[in-house]
Amino acid sequence: MMFEANTGGGSNDVQWCFSQVKGAIDDDVAEADIISTVEFNHSGELLATGDKGGRVVIFQQEIENKPQCRSEYNVYSTFQSHEPEFDYLKSLEIEEKINKIRWLPQKNAAQFLLSTNDKTIKLWKISERDKRPEGYNLKEEDGRYIDPNTVTALRVPVFRPMDLMVEASPRRVFANAHTYHINSISINSDHETYLSADDLRINLWHQEITDRSFNIVDIKPANMEELTEVITAAEFHPHQCNTFVYSSSKGTIRLCDMRASALCDTHSKLFEEPEDPSNRSFFSEIISSISDVKFSHNGRYMMTRDYLSVKIWDLNMESRPVETYQVHEYLRNKLCSLYENDCIFDKFECCWNGNDSVVMTGSYNNFFRMFDRGQRRDVTLEASREGSKPQQVLKPRKVCADGKRKKDEISVDSLDFNKKILHTAWHPQDNVIAVATTNNLYIFQDKVN
Amino acid sequence: MINTMECAVDAQSLISISLRKIHNSRTQRGGIKLHKNLLVSYVLRNARQVYMNEKYAEIYRMQQYEEVMTVCNEIQELNPLDLAEDCEEQSGDCCGNDGVSEPASLCCALLPVSHLTAVQSAHIQAPSACSAPLSLQSDDVCKETEPSFYRSCCAEAYPVSNWDFSTVNNNLHCNKTTVLDLDTHVVTTVENGYLHQDCCASFQQCCQGAQSPAKKRKVDFEYYISDIEEVPDFTPCKRAKFEDCSYANSEHLDTSNISNLISIFGSGFSGLVSRQADFEQALNGQFCSKQALASLGAWTRAIVAF
Repeated sequence: MMFEANTGGGSNDVQWCFSQVKGAIDDDVAEADIISTVEFNHSGELLATGDKGGRVVIFQQEIENKPQCRSEYNVYSTFQSHEPEFDYLKSLEIEEKINKIRWLPQKNAAQFLLSTNDKTIKLWKISERDKRPEGYNLKEEDGRYIDPNTVTALRVPVFRPMDLMVEASPRRVFANAHTYHINSISINSDHETYLSADDLRINLWHQEITDRSFNIVDIKPANMEELTEVITAAEFHPHQCNTFVYSSSKGTIRLCDMRASALCDTHSKLFEEPEDPSNRSFFSEIISSISDVKFSHNGRYMMTRDYLSVKIWDLNMESRPVETYQVHEYLRNKLCSLYENDCIFDKFECCWNGNDSVVMTGSYNNFFRMFDRGQRRDVTLEASREGSKPQQVLKPRKVCADGKRKKDEISVDSLDFNKKILHTAWHPQDNVIAVATTNNLYIFQDKVN
Repeated sequence: MINTMECAVDAQSLISISLRKIHNSRTQRGGIKLHKNLLVSYVLRNARQVYMNEKYAEIYRMQQYEEVMTVCNEIQELNPLDLAEDCEEQSGDCCGNDGVSEPASLCCALLPVSHLTAVQSAHIQAPSACSAPLSLQSDDVCKETEPSFYRSCCAEAYPVSNWDFSTVNNNLHCNKTTVLDLDTHVVTTVENGYLHQDCCASFQQCCQGAQSPAKKRKVDFEYYISDIEEVPDFTPCKRAKFEDCSYANSEHLDTSNISNLISIFGSGFSGLVSRQADFEQALNGQFCSKQALASLGAWTRAIVAF
């Protein structure tokens, strides 16, 4: 299925084509290689992935002059961001899994990103080095020191070109501020602060200050036995530096204004849709839990993802979403089995395209879904090696919910629930998407005519 | 991949699965996940409500039958000559109006709830919305009461009443407390000082069988370590013979060990983290298994340990 081009110019339909796939071909997936987060930087030139092994891999878009195909993403830098740690006080191991990566707006030649695991956030500087100084008077080229008494003439050291080297160095470590597991980080539009959210608290940091943070939301009850909900995601507004939202496991979204008070326990707006009593089941609370919340680029809308659907909310209307898209409604009758195999706890993310006209989210069987808001159309595509010939157009997929399976349709019972797409990202300007399967990263682009 | 028998949602099995998940979360790398355990506790609560609703409905029906029979017997004792008249009057109220043809003795059982209230035990809280004549044959005693239903995964409705379970529990004529040993999955019930396994109040005769010693767990109050060893001071009875208890499920699932979880799980998250203080207060012999309770406290403390 095709839909309108996203660039806004003309009425060309977009056909998604396979571009690249990164990662091991082996079916035997090493747990450390499981991709846990994907994020484009603000220009789209860089694409960062984090995995369960605590590593960050950054791909860079190579600008090519070939008109037949777009540029490719190649490995730019790889580094170990987090290591496993042990909390001796609680006798708990702290996983090194990278939960989130967020790029900072670029201010100079270097790139900065924040990466976080369950407990610690780190600011990394990624810089290029393509020159090195040569001609020292007191040092040999290999670094050995020269006896000053043997120096008979002086020269000025000069920079000479060298092979490009990309260095990643940790510049800040923001630790010991979260008792619970960090699920979100979000950089403020003021370019100075950012927030980090765990299950019960949200902290506000300054990018330069690591030894303290401000707690701005605390929903921990005095008696933990009265706990009824946790924070599942949080994000700053893209333009208003005083505004942020956080979602909860109860399916609510709270918008908070930091100008109102220092502690934003009291929300400014509460977005909640009444539950449909006809859909009540044992698992109602689970499937209503919000797994991701994302503001639109224009700041007027926000999108939430729960287990079965994607909802678009107008920030000016709290009573109900303005749009609801069913991702995989055919799973509603399978919730019991999905609960048994833990799939019901999968946290799917969602993302907007550059001009907020299309939203995308993942599903099972390596399917991912796109919903065109303007055209009111949706499409299901698959990330698989079978469709991985260069420039091969992706064929729309369809899941058959009832027994009357048509040709090329897939029965619900045939879906592979071990193949799930939890993390997707959309290039901020172009029709380039990054889709993470369990341990592979697929890059798709629109067909260039 | 997915079990095609989606319609076989069993509240008991959900309870078992949920408890297993909570138990396994203790040993998961990275520590206990608060969000996931909270969601599991909601499933547990929902399944428990459905299960208890069914059980109490069954108990209530049986008790109603017993009460009615008692009333009939009392009437018979007082004035045998009035029996036929009373029953005929009652038949006019219930049988005749409903068009149900029942034997006279049974007809006395078909009394409106309002009649029964006077002779009912004060401990039993009647569902106020059940004003229709009770039918011993029907399962849906309270089906008309409240519009809230739980749907199974195949959208079959589960009737749910708004009974206050804690109240019902406290008002049962036999004080019953049930605890679950997470490691052995043995459910033990203490009822008026008697120890049972998987028994209900109305069927003590099923449970007063030979008592055999049960293996107990030595609880290490650390997170994961527990050993099994004999403890001589605890002798629960044998597992109840379900075939003697007509109301009980006849099939012995793996989940049959886990049936009554009243004292463990209250509403919301509060049930997940049981009150250690309550257990300590109750260590006067009424609670059946110190070790089981302590082990329960150990893993619940794991969750509270943040």
